[in-house]
Amino acid sequence: MSGSEHPDHLWRNPDPKRSYDVVIVGGGGHGLSTAYYLARNHGITNVAVLERGWLAGGNMARNTTVIRSNYLWDESAAIYEHSMKLWETLAEDLDYDILFSQRGVLNLTHSLHDTREAHRRVYANRLNGIDAEWLTPEEIKEFCPIVNLSPDLRYPVMGASLQRRGGIAKHDYVAWAFARQADAFGVDLVQNCEVTGFDLDGGRVTGVQTSRGPIAAGKVALCAAGHSTVLAAMVGLDLPIQSHPLQALVSELLEPALNCVVLSNAVHVYVSQAHKGELVMGAGIDPFISYAQRGSPHIIEYQLAAAVELFPIFSRAHVVRTWGGIVDVSPDASPIVGLTPIENLFVNCGWGTGGFKATPASGWVYAHTIARGEPHPLNAPFSLDRFARGALIDEHGAAAVAH
Amino acid sequence: MTRLASGGRIDRSRPLRFTFDALPHTGFAGDTLASALLANGVRVVSQSVTYGRLRGIFSAGVEEPNALVQVGGGTGSEPMLRATQVELYDGLVAESLNARGRLSPEPDVARYDKLFAHCDVLVVGGGSTGLAAALAAGKAGARVILADEQAEVGGTFLGGRDLIDGRPATDWLAEVATDLAALPEVRVLSRATAVGYYDQNCVLIAQRRTAHLGPAAPAAMARQRLWQVRAKQVVLATGAHERPMVFAENDRPGIMLAGAVRTYVNRYGVVPGHRAVIFTNNDSAYACAIDLDDAGLDVPAVVDVRPNPAGGWPDRVRERGIEVLAGQVVSDTAGGNRGLESVWAGQRIDCDLLCVSGGFNPAVHLFIQSQGRLRYDEILACFVPDEAPQAVAVAGAANGTFGLRDCIQEGLAAGAAAASAVGFGDGHPAGAPQVETVAEHPIVPFWLVPDESGATQFVDLERDVTVADVRRAVGAGMQSVEHVKRYTTIGTGSDQGKTAGINSAAIVGALLGQPVAAIGTTTFRPPYVPVSFALFAGRTRGQLFDPARVTPIHPWHVAHGAVFENVGQWKRPWYFPHDGETMEQAVLRECRAVREGVAAMDVSTLGKIDIQGTDALRFLNRIYTNAYDTLAVGHCRYGLMCKADGMVFDDGVVMHVGPDRYLATTTSGGAAAVLDWMEEWLQTEWPDFRVRLTSVSDQWATVAVAGPRSREVLRALAPAMAADAVSFPFMAIREGMVAGIPARVCRISFSGELAFEINVASWYGLRLWEAVMAAGEPFGITPYGTEAMHVLRAEKGYAIIGQDTDGTVTPQDLGMSWVVSKKKDFIGRRSHRRADTARPDRMHLVGLLPVEPEDLLPEGAQLILEPRQEPPVAIVGHVTSSYRSAALGRTFALALVKGGRDRMASQVYAPLPDRLHPATVTEPIFYDKEGLVRDG
Amino acid sequence: MLLIPCPWCGQRDEIEFRYGGAAHVEYPADPETVDDATWARYLFVRPNPKGPLAERWCHSQGCRRWFNIVRDTVTHQIMRSYRMEEAP
Repeated sequence: MSGSEHPDHLWRNPDPKRSYDVVIVGGGGHGLSTAYYLARNHGITNVAVLERGWLAGGNMARNTTVIRSNYLWDESAAIYEHSMKLWETLAEDLDYDILFSQRGVLNLTHSLHDTREAHRRVYANRLNGIDAEWLTPEEIKEFCPIVNLSPDLRYPVMGASLQRRGGIAKHDYVAWAFARQADAFGVDLVQNCEVTGFDLDGGRVTGVQTSRGPIAAGKVALCAAGHSTVLAAMVGLDLPIQSHPLQALVSELLEPALNCVVLSNAVHVYVSQAHKGELVMGAGIDPFISYAQRGSPHIIEYQLAAAVELFPIFSRAHVVRTWGGIVDVSPDASPIVGLTPIENLFVNCGWGTGGFKATPASGWVYAHTIARGEPHPLNAPFSLDRFARGALIDEHGAAAVAH
Repeated sequence: MTRLASGGRIDRSRPLRFTFDALPHTGFAGDTLASALLANGVRVVSQSVTYGRLRGIFSAGVEEPNALVQVGGGTGSEPMLRATQVELYDGLVAESLNARGRLSPEPDVARYDKLFAHCDVLVVGGGSTGLAAALAAGKAGARVILADEQAEVGGTFLGGRDLIDGRPATDWLAEVATDLAALPEVRVLSRATAVGYYDQNCVLIAQRRTAHLGPAAPAAMARQRLWQVRAKQVVLATGAHERPMVFAENDRPGIMLAGAVRTYVNRYGVVPGHRAVIFTNNDSAYACAIDLDDAGLDVPAVVDVRPNPAGGWPDRVRERGIEVLAGQVVSDTAGGNRGLESVWAGQRIDCDLLCVSGGFNPAVHLFIQSQGRLRYDEILACFVPDEAPQAVAVAGAANGTFGLRDCIQEGLAAGAAAASAVGFGDGHPAGAPQVETVAEHPIVPFWLVPDESGATQFVDLERDVTVADVRRAVGAGMQSVEHVKRYTTIGTGSDQGKTAGINSAAIVGALLGQPVAAIGTTTFRPPYVPVSFALFAGRTRGQLFDPARVTPIHPWHVAHGAVFENVGQWKRPWYFPHDGETMEQAVLRECRAVREGVAAMDVSTLGKIDIQGTDALRFLNRIYTNAYDTLAVGHCRYGLMCKADGMVFDDGVVMHVGPDRYLATTTSGGAAAVLDWMEEWLQTEWPDFRVRLTSVSDQWATVAVAGPRSREVLRALAPAMAADAVSFPFMAIREGMVAGIPARVCRISFSGELAFEINVASWYGLRLWEAVMAAGEPFGITPYGTEAMHVLRAEKGYAIIGQDTDGTVTPQDLGMSWVVSKKKDFIGRRSHRRADTARPDRMHLVGLLPVEPEDLLPEGAQLILEPRQEPPVAIVGHVTSSYRSAALGRTFALALVKGGRDRMASQVYAPLPDRLHPATVTEPIFYDKEGLVRDG
Repeated sequence: MLLIPCPWCGQRDEIEFRYGGAAHVEYPADPETVDDATWARYLFVRPNPKGPLAERWCHSQGCRRWFNIVRDTVTHQIMRSYRMEEAP
């Protein structure tokens, strides 16, 4: 593969203008998709996306590319399923082969408790119009032959839930596809532009200070994942977000061995085989707060122990690279998307480990929220004020990663 | 054959047979697979991943991008090894790969282990610099670990012909090795590659221990070992990687790095060609010309991009009659199916070997991982280490110091300084040996030979990426080297771009009109070289993946055919099937035994926390939702605890066992978390409390004897203990002898039957159990497992935390307001008043009776109010527990239902794949509502 | 793998410890008198700085004591370790 599958032109590299209708702070996947949907769905194109480093170089470049919508609670199911539907036509919408592959996401269970919870989710998903099946060990053998189904495992596989529409896509291509179309609509994608402060007029935000000068803005939309609290603190806003390292790793290229995505909560595996052939794995969250984009090696060691336990065939594969992202973890493992107490300032963060799969829907609803000044019905439950009310949407069981 | 008649560090008396792509070959002990292949005239070792172009061995080290092989032969098949790193053994079987490996389905039976080590000074790299550093630090008295990636120390100078003190450098090497061996605090690790540099000088080292032995490897010896070294000081002497220059058709077999060619000639006695041209921008490759000339090759020319290469090295080469084509470049090559045949350097020069040197990139990978920063050195034309936040020094070629004399001096100084920093020696190293040096003509940075298309100018050989691809990426708008990497895949191969990375930055810079310094490098991440999954996993596999906890009574359960359930780390009997019995039959039988006769259960897994101190009561009142002021010594009380958010966290029984002393039980899976939770509050919020907490979960074994006839069993076991309802009422505790064992007996019941829980010191657990079974035999005592226990408690409507709750459920939701004090503060209390938490239509725990008495609702089934077809359907709740009841003679369930307490007697539906299953909402209690049986 | 200085046991590997998040978070003096927003702040909002952070750890595989350290969340350097009763 040598880049020949990519368009000849992706984006301009403009200098920032003095003023925009909307300034999006953070040029990751969500910021780029927000810019795209602002332009496409709402006709708002006088928009800048300000990126501190290089476009989509944060969690978008560091995630394990898994896409699924089999979340437990109605609110989560609705927004992630909206995302799934967008994924299903995204390549055409964006005119870019994002290597979206609906190869199925298998969630293994290893205890009666796991199994009960998996059933609960399968039944709930179906009522929410999300495809979900339960597989017995025999059916797992058929669907993904390399899973270790031995009863002698320390935690034997008891079954699995399966979302066949789940799968993977190529993360970088997704970001570039959104960026390219946003750029084509006239959105300015400004890189190496760090926001260092906000201009306020009373309780209203009017612009941002950046490493490339001040930029006036009708509306400012934060979309900075792990850095959200750093930005919010500049306007005295406290967000219930903790930033943790989340590590991942990749193997060398290997002949096809794994045909689907496999997740296991209890034995902690999160693995797929990418199009070129590398095994891509998500590890656990390091417990401490960090902005270093790296974590501790024992997390990787544990992850690989689990992988070899469940996939003995992986034993002699090699790790060629490990890395870390900064996940923005909210108290209920659900995102915060909506208004803030400061007029014209919007927030989108807290996606934790679920951000990549939400990329299209996050942009969709956030663009709506910014354009209309009120949340889209899909993100209304994910307001910042839910924490004071206690109306949490507890998805701690949702990720294979225990938050 | 291209093997020289003599020379090198191979043992010609020990020939080794091997196969490559099924063809037999022979090499010698001391060979790598790469040197042996070259010695056998194998020039083509792979086809490239995208274009299928022929590729040959390019390097002699970890940076190899082409010679990726699958190695099998006796010890299991391993993919994507670098032939340059595979030591030859007799019987080795290797296959070429097109940069994509194969996973072997045969089980990997090898053992992998881990070792934790601490030292004063860790020296990474056993070349001249690292040896000098280790020697200086070791002589100063420091505890030193020297990790070297090769089979023998010496690094690249094993491939050179330097003189030290007028003798071959290998003599000095042998002396240093002897000196190091004599230092008791110095440990030299061979075949040990430092792969990761983490916080506070934590360095992971992957050591290969048996693979080089092939089938002769001892089975009991770990194949690889992962060292976690914590060092007070680290000296990185990781050397440098030679980089190529980029020109058209630069990927043919026979085009190699000049330093690698020297290594093959001098270390392995192999000449990888017959007629060699050198292409360079620096002096180092001149030594290659001389080595090849001495080895008898025809060396028609040195092509040097520098306009006036002068001084020691060029002069020496010219003296031999080798032409130096100054100011020239190799702009194209030609060849056939055996690789290179000629190069174009302003003229056609026939050759089958082209030795390229574009300069050296210090191996700063670990330094970057240590959070060190780089700077670009214009004179050396490479990125060199700059600031470092950790206690790390970089020396030698890794620091941009390239001469042998300077490397040794810098190594000695770094070793002495590191030792001194931790209190050994004065920091002044011993004198350095004499090394002959030749005045160098400076390098001229040169990256890319101009070429219109760039389509055959390979930047990354493993990933098959060309200059044309880079140009395309930049043309598309990409300006960051990270974007170019992702667009082109440069540097994403298993070599992680060791020969490609800096060149790609320079090319991006050239295309954008910026200096390479402004472009920078992509981030180097662990591991420095590929590390097998199995090594990271170590012994954390199989039963050691997570240790299983078993109770003292476990052997009895095994002997009596129990089927076990994993509960947290515990193995608990799930049920005890008789011959021919299904699980359902067994569970119904066990339940009936509890309800109608007597049965026993091993409940030793319950967490137990000993709580002592004058503030113990105050402490309990804060931790639990209910109050303990009125709990007298000798009595116990059910307790529930919430997290600060008001959600139910765990439950258990609190026993008041003496003045200022309580024993609290927890759920089996929650014991550690509850103890942690209690300690956290005690130590961080209430440090003034005089309370001590001790886990005694493993110190007590507990047997629950339940059923109408349990009192008779207790009487038989403890004739001296008054067991009648008045003397020993419900929720009372008695201490005394049971079956001759000192015991604490509690009259508590999770089954709703008359029941006694007998606690003894854990080492008496099995004896107690056997005594209970013997005493109960006349009454038909039946062992029962967790499943029957779950059924029985559900008949009573007792919630199981974690099954009937999920972290979003309050005590009020469970209908347990009776256990929530209104008079005192406790953790979580304030949260119960929040708008959403106080809503009347929250999910409530209710009972469900399926309309058809044989209809067993699956646990997890969702509930709806009205049969409707199209999703999304409004969900009102879900089934948390569901069983067949022997006592009720029908099925029943517990469920969390929105506003459930206001829906009594109404109908809900569980939509299951086959049809809608109707059920009636009831109170969550199905058996002995008045508690007469339990309290009797 | 952080090397964490336990004030009671000395330097130990991170795997011996349990993380407790930000230190010096005040429990409301009288939770019953604070409004929902204030209570929610106590429950859910914690410092998350990019730079030095005072945080709590418990030496759960050692002395089982809670203590505080000041650690930089960018470099992971640990600047200070102190007992619970010591001033921040």
